[in-house]
Amino acid sequence: MKPFGEAGHLLRVALVYALGVALFLIVRAILVPHSFGEFGYYRGRAIAQVAALPMHFAGHQACRSCHADVVALKRSGVHAGLHCEACHGPQAAHVANPAAVRPVLPRVATLCIRCHAYNPARPHSFPQIVVKQHDPGGLACNTCHQPHSPLQGFGKKT
Amino acid sequence: MNITRRHLLLLFPAAAMSWESLQAGAPEQAPNYQMYKHWWGMLLDISKCIGCGNCVRACAAENNVPEGYFRTWVERYRVRDEDMPYPQVDSPDGGMHGFPALPAEPGVKEFFVPKMCNHCADSPCTQVCPVGATFITPDGVVLVDKEYCLGCRYCVQACPYGCRFFNPSTRTADKCTLCYHRITKGLTTACCEACPTGARQLADLKNPNDPIHAFMRTHSVQVLKPYLATGAKDFYYDLDGAVR
Amino acid sequence: MTMPAVQGYMYPNERELAWSILIVIYPYITGLVAGAFILASLERVFHVEAVKPTYRLALLTALAFLLVAPLPLQLHLGHPERSIEMYLTPHRTSAMAMFGFVYLWYLMAVLVLEIWLDFRADIVRAALAERGWRRWFYRVLTLGSYNISPRALAIDERAGYIVTVVGIPSALLLHGYVGFIFGSVKANPWWSSPLMPVVFIFSAMVSGIAAVLLIYMFTSWRRRCPIDMRCLDSIARYLLYTFLIDFSLEMLDLVHRIYEADESFRSLDFMLHTKLYLSQVVIQIYIGTLVPLALLALTQIVSLGVRHRKRIYALAASLALVGIFAMRWNVVIGGQLFSKSFLGYTTYKIGFVTREGLLPAIVLMLLPIPILWVLVKLLPPWPADTAAGASAAS
Repeated sequence: MKPFGEAGHLLRVALVYALGVALFLIVRAILVPHSFGEFGYYRGRAIAQVAALPMHFAGHQACRSCHADVVALKRSGVHAGLHCEACHGPQAAHVANPAAVRPVLPRVATLCIRCHAYNPARPHSFPQIVVKQHDPGGLACNTCHQPHSPLQGFGKKT
Repeated sequence: MNITRRHLLLLFPAAAMSWESLQAGAPEQAPNYQMYKHWWGMLLDISKCIGCGNCVRACAAENNVPEGYFRTWVERYRVRDEDMPYPQVDSPDGGMHGFPALPAEPGVKEFFVPKMCNHCADSPCTQVCPVGATFITPDGVVLVDKEYCLGCRYCVQACPYGCRFFNPSTRTADKCTLCYHRITKGLTTACCEACPTGARQLADLKNPNDPIHAFMRTHSVQVLKPYLATGAKDFYYDLDGAVR
Repeated sequence: MTMPAVQGYMYPNERELAWSILIVIYPYITGLVAGAFILASLERVFHVEAVKPTYRLALLTALAFLLVAPLPLQLHLGHPERSIEMYLTPHRTSAMAMFGFVYLWYLMAVLVLEIWLDFRADIVRAALAERGWRRWFYRVLTLGSYNISPRALAIDERAGYIVTVVGIPSALLLHGYVGFIFGSVKANPWWSSPLMPVVFIFSAMVSGIAAVLLIYMFTSWRRRCPIDMRCLDSIARYLLYTFLIDFSLEMLDLVHRIYEADESFRSLDFMLHTKLYLSQVVIQIYIGTLVPLALLALTQIVSLGVRHRKRIYALAASLALVGIFAMRWNVVIGGQLFSKSFLGYTTYKIGFVTREGLLPAIVLMLLPIPILWVLVKLLPPWPADTAAGASAAS
């Protein structure tokens, strides 16, 4: 007996294709990640995964609980707006474990001029020095300047 | 159900991948953070940028950015007044180690421009992702799902600002996360943390008390390539017309 | 890491090209598929009897190339094992997301189905005549139906016609959509153009027709069969017509860009005169388009002998293939050589034995040929000696 008569072979092809589509739908239902579509067309859990990445910068709020004196000194001078880690670098490990992880002091020789060496592209109001004129003797900046309040003792705004 | 990861591995590696993330358990999130209460952007004040490169180094340290690629970088523009549309621009190592001073030339204006992902509200990069591996979060941050990204790099092509790159170690697309792991915990981004002059300010546009609102009311701000209608959320103050 | 040489200013992440030669090959191959299929459909739908000798060969050629088409993409992906996601979660707003479905549709619903319907009688005869593993191979292909009565074959003919009619827009979709992937990138003015899909379709037809013409000439020579010159002349004429349309569209695009001269113009103009001068102006436009156009036009104007016509056709088709390849190169690679700041240019450094190097590219380009050879062995497309071939093999 021939179902569909002379077109029976077309029915077989249709069946093979239908099987393929069904298989695809099953595989798809299994494999699409659970949280896909939770917030939009993406894996919702990806947000939490990015949010859980480790931090290296502790953030300026972390310093005061132990270094209140330095923070207060800094606040009194022209570096008030600077966050500690801008010069001291990422210190999350130190905050997590203050005794074991000791921060390395920044090298004054390269640190200060990174911001304060004269560069015509810098805003003109920003304090800049021509290193060779400002310090012909090659002294370290902190010989004269207190880094946390650099104009302290210079008779200007501290 | 008694399917182990090994079973799925036999069927399909992609399945094993999603299975693994399913079993890992949801990572901790900040307890009080509610995504729908924020809409993040950034204020970049060109009149304050001194080109020190702190932001670029901080970003690299915070986010393990591979060498030679940048989630943020700083450009130095040198604009000749009679040739405004064709400035000279450089960014050695993305400005990571600062900029050696060039001799000042008469008739040439110089300034620095910090660049980073604009976290566009209508971002071309998330539009083109074929599988939904990059997206904008409900709080307005464009992220890449590194466990789902194919590494086709269509998003890299689609970003008009050059903010995306193909990370050779993860073999996926990579970009600025706006330090999502920090801002969801009440901290600011690593680049803002390290910026000595406040040239970068993280801004929450949904927070009525955020200083960005007062600033935008009283200053002329601009986004990059506004004609592309990307809904960029990096707002630049003192942006010169020569900047692209 | 070593960074490519940069002229002027590139955004730092732009210095390295995101899309390599493998992405050049992909549209080239799908173009050949689409073009070969459209040529094949001429006979069936538009009743161009003259091209009948190439009908089945064109179908098999299309299949051979289509099987290879996704390979360069897979090799290019950072995580090929995740490509299944294209089927799991296709992103509606992405021009690329439909690739998986368009590809599967074209492969399964059009090409395989049409080939099966067309070769069914041969498959059944082979399943009855062959021995050993070949017998089982053909038996599976029959799907258990051995009905090749005239009535059944008439039904196949009708069904095949419908598949072809569906197949033509599908072929246009397959390749037009590749053009859309590039044409819709608003960040890149070298790509962003509504003409891009149309240019891709016509260049696809040019390359596909040229490829079938060459393969037909080559196989006839190998089999020591006389070439049907009426067929060859028709194919060459179609090649000329589609080439003329393709060239006009591309020139329209170029003239439009030059006349509008928007912010990107200085950058793009610079590239045409330097980095892309050889590949775009010399190879694509002069050698790959104007010369073959002139050659083909010559055969239309002057009446030449068979030998000369054959040579001219072979030369023109070969040059056309080179020209279309250069066009893909200039779109894909050219579109990444300039900065989106329009202030600088980078260089494309191609490796040799690297994952996305020249060697895998060459292998992938040649791979359809052995596949076609196998297909031709399994499903001989030559109408006259199908039975002879089958019995000779057994």
